Amino acid sequence: MRIVATIVIAIRALRRNKMRSFLTALGIIIGVGAVITMVSIGNGAKAQVEAQVASLGNNVITVSPGSSSASGARGGQGSSNTLTVEDAVAIQREIVGAVSVSPEIRNGNQIQGNGLNWRTNISGVAPDFISIRAWSIRAGDIFTESDVRANAKVCVIGETIVRQLYADVNPLGQTLRIRNIPFRIVGVLNQKGFSYSGSDQDDIVLIPYSSFMTRVFRWRRTINNILIESSSAEAMPRIQQEVTDLLAQRREGREPDFTVRNQLELAAAATETSRTMTALLGAIAGVSLLVGGIGIMNIMLVSVTERTREIGIRLAIGAHDRDIRLQFLIEAMILSAMGGILGVSLGIGISETLSRVNGWPVLVSSQSVIIAVAFSAAVGIGFGFYPAHKAAQLDPIDALRFE
Amino acid sequence: MQPVVQLRDIRKTYRNGDLEVHAVRGISLDIHKGEFIAIMGSSGSGKSTLMNTLGCLDRPSGGTYLLDGINVSDLDRNRRADIRNHKLGFVFQGFNLLSRTSALENVELPMLYAPRRVSADEMRERAMHALEIVGLAARYDHLPNQLSGGQQQRVAIARALVNNPQVILADEPTGNLDTKTSVEVMGVFQKLNDQGITIVMVTHELDIARYCKRNLIVRDGLVVRDEPVADRSFAAEELQKVAQAEVDAKLTHDLASHSNAKD
Repeated sequence: MRIVATIVIAIRALRRNKMRSFLTALGIIIGVGAVITMVSIGNGAKAQVEAQVASLGNNVITVSPGSSSASGARGGQGSSNTLTVEDAVAIQREIVGAVSVSPEIRNGNQIQGNGLNWRTNISGVAPDFISIRAWSIRAGDIFTESDVRANAKVCVIGETIVRQLYADVNPLGQTLRIRNIPFRIVGVLNQKGFSYSGSDQDDIVLIPYSSFMTRVFRWRRTINNILIESSSAEAMPRIQQEVTDLLAQRREGREPDFTVRNQLELAAAATETSRTMTALLGAIAGVSLLVGGIGIMNIMLVSVTERTREIGIRLAIGAHDRDIRLQFLIEAMILSAMGGILGVSLGIGISETLSRVNGWPVLVSSQSVIIAVAFSAAVGIGFGFYPAHKAAQLDPIDALRFE
Repeated sequence: MQPVVQLRDIRKTYRNGDLEVHAVRGISLDIHKGEFIAIMGSSGSGKSTLMNTLGCLDRPSGGTYLLDGINVSDLDRNRRADIRNHKLGFVFQGFNLLSRTSALENVELPMLYAPRRVSADEMRERAMHALEIVGLAARYDHLPNQLSGGQQQRVAIARALVNNPQVILADEPTGNLDTKTSVEVMGVFQKLNDQGITIVMVTHELDIARYCKRNLIVRDGLVVRDEPVADRSFAAEELQKVAQAEVDAKLTHDLASHSNAKD
């Protein structure tokens, strides 16, 4: 028997029961829609995390202070801070492949400018800090090495500072006071948004680390971090090891009181989290697709019973088993394919709406669309097969006699 | 000439738990081309089983069945479906048309399942021709529920005809019809038979059986009587009689009402 004729027969049968066909397909529509929406939300979150990880810089190794213990009380991370600018200089000088190195030293403080004031984070860094973190300057420029050598009173500010203090004027060239010491604004950073942990990355003032330690916070002897950019991802484990060895050597056998971590480990942990979330959301949505499939099977079984006489007629006038099986299988497949197509539109629609209304990062991947549609087609064949087989096995005499 | 249907010692036994039911106990029968046979019998006589066997819907438990020279008694399910498709035509008591499907599409149905591919144009042409034979070409696009019982049965006959079968099998074709419509349907069968088509039908109405040429009576799984119809009815004559009777009745009625009006 011809496939085209079977398809026509199947479509005609589905059209006879439009409402029922729609409700049957609804299970698949919701299932596919849910899969696509959930995976899109998960992917969106993953992409955002990846973007944030990227904003921390590529191939970056971070040295942070370790912990100390006194009389058995362990102080937690940073309690033993022995990292110094000299350590950073030593790393820059001795480690091959450490392309750029920047100390980072932080303090929160009130600042004044343009007749307003604001509490923010002051970071003392080297000019390379911006390139290591893969940040960029929107206006003006970063201060220079000679500014660092001269303990210059210059600063680069983030977008939040612009909004809070210089909303109505061009901040470049303006004076910003930190602990009453005037700093000239030489650059404005591009906006970066919130970090993975939720802090505002734009609420920041960067000044030369030398100025930080000699002019503003003169009591600070140690620094918060050393950031190292490696020449390549492959060189990172080696550099990590060499930095550890170098710092241990500089501490002359004392307990190592620092940790050396690389950005990749951090990134891996963060993406792993969002990947798990995506898989979980997808699995939950997958269950609804399965339920939709069972709905199709249920309706197909009802349909087979209801149309027993029709099947009897077809068998009596010469239909083979496979003609009947194919007819019902095609019906189930059309139902689920229709559900799949409508479900994709629904899923994309919901994803778009969510991203517009809630501002969620949503990423509809063609991969999730293909998987959802393929899965729904498989559901159609899988759950359509039993009813179709049942129909094909009917005895023509019994089927014709069926009331 | 070789008979179209040749049954030799056909038996059919149903097993109902421990009980064996012998529905057909050894029927031998020859049906030649151009015959018009009525099989009669009370319910439980085995006539339905005989009919299902003739229709290749059921396999006999014993004996051989040659249809058009082919031994169909031991064919498998799908081969029997093919035989039903191009050697047999079925007409049922309940018409058994596909609902919400036009007359034309109902008649096209057997060609959809034909082992040989039939083009859409040829399918339509042959279906229209079959509808013309039964006098329903004008209503080809009507749905079954838009047709009267007699018209539905004529569509079913057209469907049985469309693959040019060796034998048309009709299972109580007039069972659901009133007397006049029954005569009309028998008229269609007689017309087809006059053109040389072999017809076998089951009925329990004696006056319907008299439109056939040969009557078989089945009882307890055996053919107990097999005789030609002596005083055969012809649908054309009968219909004329009915029409005349109607005219007479109308006249009497008119006269009566006329005389009533005078009083």
